[in-house]
Amino acid sequence: MGVIWTLLVVASLVVAAATGRVADLTGAAAESAGKAVTVSLGLVGIMTLWLGLMRVAEEAGLVALLARAVRPVLRRLFPEVPPDHPAMGSMIMNMAANLLGLANAATPFGVKAMQELETLNPAKGTASDAQALFCAINTASLQLIPATVIALRAGAGSRAPHEIISATLLASACGVLVAVTVSKLLARAGRSAP
Amino acid sequence: MTALLEAVSAWAVPLLLAGIPLYGLAKGVKVYPVFLEGAKDGFQTGVRVIPPLVAVMVALGLLRASGALEALSLALAPALGPLGVPASVLPLVVIRPLSGGGALGVVGDVLRAEGPDSYAGRLASVMAGSTETTFYVLAVYFGAAGVTRYRHALPAALLADLAGMVAAVVVVGLLFGR
Repeated sequence: MGVIWTLLVVASLVVAAATGRVADLTGAAAESAGKAVTVSLGLVGIMTLWLGLMRVAEEAGLVALLARAVRPVLRRLFPEVPPDHPAMGSMIMNMAANLLGLANAATPFGVKAMQELETLNPAKGTASDAQALFCAINTASLQLIPATVIALRAGAGSRAPHEIISATLLASACGVLVAVTVSKLLARAGRSAP
Repeated sequence: MTALLEAVSAWAVPLLLAGIPLYGLAKGVKVYPVFLEGAKDGFQTGVRVIPPLVAVMVALGLLRASGALEALSLALAPALGPLGVPASVLPLVVIRPLSGGGALGVVGDVLRAEGPDSYAGRLASVMAGSTETTFYVLAVYFGAAGVTRYRHALPAALLADLAGMVAAVVVVGLLFGR
């Protein structure tokens, strides 16, 4: 990550020098840093709410119940995670929230899942196979109703703002398929290499 | 079908907000103290995400301000045009994994300029809906878990985005025609 990050910054400087926009960089850096803090702090409210509810659901046995229902699929995807581990429950809640397009609820569940997976991680600080796979599935963005896009289309006066739903579902299913395949392949390649 | 799914989306959160404490009470859980116990990690998690998110968003902000993204879009145009990605939609391919707000801005531009029911409008809609702001997700998730070495997570996630976009071109072409 250090290499990629440094490359991004250096590339920006080189391109900015070529396009004569070096003067814009200072402002952009300050503005982005400020925006990052706003976004992070914006997470605090929903994070607090859902982490609290999640704990109630855990104590009541609701999460374990849910985990049992989808266990066959998840066990195949994440063989190294014990089926009864709290990470399973959080991952399921995250995927369910994502499917329903509830981004606000999905993020806290996803964060919780990553933290739970970290407790199983033998090499702390280095992504485990399960963490990498979970993130890749998340970035493939499988959702039943792409609400934001539909709203944009309706706002732009579309005759059929919803007509893209099936196409979006198909395209993101391809994304999930590739995410799982590539993660599994790269995980295996990473293990056989020293 | 759509109406049903939308109703489910609208009802899901309120039902969970009411249903989880209710189920907890029925199971004899001390709902309020347990809620507070779980909720107290919320602030820490948010604060923990700040450093990685600042790092990622500053790098991406610099990249945007430098004009590198426009340059990349221009460079890709001759290759992707014949494959079914109109010039107006191209910036979306480059910006989507980097900035959620930026991507929605591009979609909005395409919808306004070419119409939501045009090929470009549909393609931009499907592309935006079937991919994620990958760098943001990775920064938040790995940041909250205290993970700094991402291993194959970044290539896998970016390939998933790419697959979603290629699939969007194919599917929109098949379902609606160009």
